[in-house]
Amino acid sequence: MINIVFFAQLREQLKSDGLQLDIPTPCTVKEIQVALLEQNPQWSDFLSNPALMCAVNQDMVQLDAMVENGNEVAFFPPVTGG
Amino acid sequence: MDDNCPYDLLSVQEADFDVAHEYAQLRENNSQDGAIVYEYAQLRENNSQDGAIVFFSGLVRDFNQGQDVTGLFLEHYPAMTAKALAGIIDQAKSRWPINRVRLIHRVGQLHLADQIVFVGVSSSHREAAFEACHFIMDYLKKQAPFWKKETTKKGDWWVETLEKDQKALDKWQQDDPTDS
Repeated sequence: MINIVFFAQLREQLKSDGLQLDIPTPCTVKEIQVALLEQNPQWSDFLSNPALMCAVNQDMVQLDAMVENGNEVAFFPPVTGG
Repeated sequence: MDDNCPYDLLSVQEADFDVAHEYAQLRENNSQDGAIVYEYAQLRENNSQDGAIVFFSGLVRDFNQGQDVTGLFLEHYPAMTAKALAGIIDQAKSRWPINRVRLIHRVGQLHLADQIVFVGVSSSHREAAFEACHFIMDYLKKQAPFWKKETTKKGDWWVETLEKDQKALDKWQQDDPTDS
């Protein structure tokens, strides 16, 4: 089981702050994104945005990063702190 | 973060901060840091006394993406924020001979002209302190999980990322002789 979390504008667009995803592991972040879109086709305009950033276990990664069972995967818009 | 340096502090907080207090903390008794903490560094070179403190404080401004701006709401990813900031401090410490680092970032509802971020760096020499402070701010803006939402009388708007922030980051990567 993977813990998925969304933040900021993406959280508002998806109307979800996260969910538990059952998917065979290890897999890539990209495969998780595809699985989420298959389950929630209404998210395609937002979750397919190539500008989105992602993190696995609170480390920023690219879409080809590997995910293990029990990991936390976050998707969010480009950051705007400081 | 480097477990050997108790003087490095980072805070993610709703409360305001006092620049004079933070500056005093960076300055106080720092000639002793080497004697207490950096035993290995002291063996190599006993020059731990700081000769420079550089700090930056950022204020809430109108991002001009909305009208009649009343303030900002700062969202963050609580489980990741401190880890990301500590990683940025570690990168700065690996590039420059700096001593103490203090980093504060506020979250929650802020108003125009409020203080939002503080970065303070102490070092033996000013060049390292200036550059490390600048580096930490540039990396924070592109790699720490904070998001600004502008609150206006006509509704709320998420602030868009700026191309100039990526260019600022690219400059440090081009300048890093160890980064292939």
